[in-house]
Amino acid sequence: MKKSLPLGIVFFAGVVMFFQHFIPTDQSEFIYKYANDWLICIGVYAMLLGIWSLIRVTLHKARHDPNERFYAIVTLVSMGIMIVAGWDVDNLRAGSLFMNMFNYILIPVQATIFSLLAFYVASAAYRAFRARTVLATLLLFTAFVVMLRMIPLGYISELNQYLVAWILSVPNLAAKRAIIMGVGLGMMATSIKIILGIERQYLGGD
Amino acid sequence: MDRLKLIPLIVLSALLVFIINADAGAQEEAPADTAEIVKPAPPQNVRVVDNPNDNGHYLLIRWDPSPDEGKGDNDVMGYNIYRSDKPDGEYRQMGTMPVGFYEYEDGSEEEVLAGEKNLEYMEIGETYYYKLTSVTPQDVESEFTEPVSGVPTADWFHAGKLSYFIALFLYISLVLYFIKAAKSGQKLYIRPLGGIEAIDNAIGRATEMGRPILFVLGTGTASDIATIAGYTILGRVARKTAEYQIPVLVPVNEPVMMSVAQETVRNAYIEAGRPDLYDEKNIPYVTAMQFPYVAAVNGIMIREKTATNFYMGLFHAEALLLAETGATTGAIQISGTDQPSQLPFFIAATDFTLIGEELYAASAYLSGQPLLLGPLKAQDYAKALLIVIMVIGLITMTIGWSFWYDLFSTNIT
Repeated sequence: MKKSLPLGIVFFAGVVMFFQHFIPTDQSEFIYKYANDWLICIGVYAMLLGIWSLIRVTLHKARHDPNERFYAIVTLVSMGIMIVAGWDVDNLRAGSLFMNMFNYILIPVQATIFSLLAFYVASAAYRAFRARTVLATLLLFTAFVVMLRMIPLGYISELNQYLVAWILSVPNLAAKRAIIMGVGLGMMATSIKIILGIERQYLGGD
Repeated sequence: MDRLKLIPLIVLSALLVFIINADAGAQEEAPADTAEIVKPAPPQNVRVVDNPNDNGHYLLIRWDPSPDEGKGDNDVMGYNIYRSDKPDGEYRQMGTMPVGFYEYEDGSEEEVLAGEKNLEYMEIGETYYYKLTSVTPQDVESEFTEPVSGVPTADWFHAGKLSYFIALFLYISLVLYFIKAAKSGQKLYIRPLGGIEAIDNAIGRATEMGRPILFVLGTGTASDIATIAGYTILGRVARKTAEYQIPVLVPVNEPVMMSVAQETVRNAYIEAGRPDLYDEKNIPYVTAMQFPYVAAVNGIMIREKTATNFYMGLFHAEALLLAETGATTGAIQISGTDQPSQLPFFIAATDFTLIGEELYAASAYLSGQPLLLGPLKAQDYAKALLIVIMVIGLITMTIGWSFWYDLFSTNIT
């Protein structure tokens, strides 16, 4: 019963939502919206579980792990300050303490992490573009040509842009489409396995 | 006496001034009176049809251009569309279409908008009447056309998705056939995947080093198929880690994902006969924000010195930030995602990558269960079929025959 009931619900919901996709009536759209509303409701209630998990794990680290204590205290204090500062809806207006902390601390910190990507691309490319095999050499050459597009080299740039456009719109796009088609088939096969109850690892296993 | 003589003179002068002014006014107004306001001809052949493949709240109004379109002073700039629920009732303007467009979709499924009755709303099965006019750039409107009616009806099947439906039906049949074949004991050959074969080795390496394993499910949601594929791999990995008695850390970015991941790992530990090793704190919720999540996971990699990192699920810009940090810590890394834009980063920064569909195949490979291998075989056949269809399409379109293209085209709006 513990497994068969969820599997029954999954089968029923899967079949209904499959046919819903092909039926454009009001009733069908209502079912779709209703299911989406349920997802939102579940997400909101699950957030309480998430916050509880965060507090519990961080408190545990603060108490028992000296190496993690500092970070754990910073996490808890930061969370406490943000909760207090954003408690009232009025505090979400521009210029409030909550919004100032959000705009002038959190967003710059996030932007900093994102900007690390530029350096990581360079270091990953350095490792990836080693001409060890024929294919790796081809990759290196292609990457070199594509990167040259951004550098003004007069007449060479003009010629290069046609080559780059061809690389991006023919071999690159063809490979991308092949991956996307494979992904689509894989998604459908996984969905069928889930609907039929063959794949049940997401329920915790067999 | 002199004053009496002045009276006729004043009257005469006033009369003269009046006549002169009246004449001047007449001269000024003369062009307006004489300039003929020529109304353009109305549009022709107005038809109203039900909007196909919808929920019954829309009608399509089509017409042929006004004969005056593109002609001289009464050139037509556009067409006004009027609707009424009675043939002789009050007609309300619903919209205007510029010349060159001879179709208008009218209607709405929202009966109330912002607390007020939506005048564009259309009831299923009701008759609606339309009249059209042509409009010139000077905003001169033609006479109305004769009223034409239409009835919006709901469709029970989206005909534009028919080819899509048939393709799905065939694919599902193929999957079911191979599941049945697998059930009956037929041996199915599946090509080996390097990334899958490396999973056991990677877990073994972590065991030898005595360090934890990190499993990242990505920044999707619990309902994304890629995330669900990630759970299935997590379950197999967790079972191995339970057998080898090494912790698996699964920091997640969504509370629902956390609950599912916890349940998956708990059951894997129970299956392995080591429920005592399961620790819920190893599968914490970290944050829903993308880059703070990166900071938290990177921090775990560096502080816990994880020996093996798995990235399986839906990834966005964080893919390289995670994988490159993992590479600098010296961990063996296996990744898998269905996002083509993130695959190059994973290929460059991790040791093994499951490309696209391989992510979905991983669960079947790891379990080795015939029932799960059946759909994999169906996928391979479906791909072969797609290649054949595309090659035929390429040849027929090159020749100039569009029947093959038309056969597979869909109208899913």
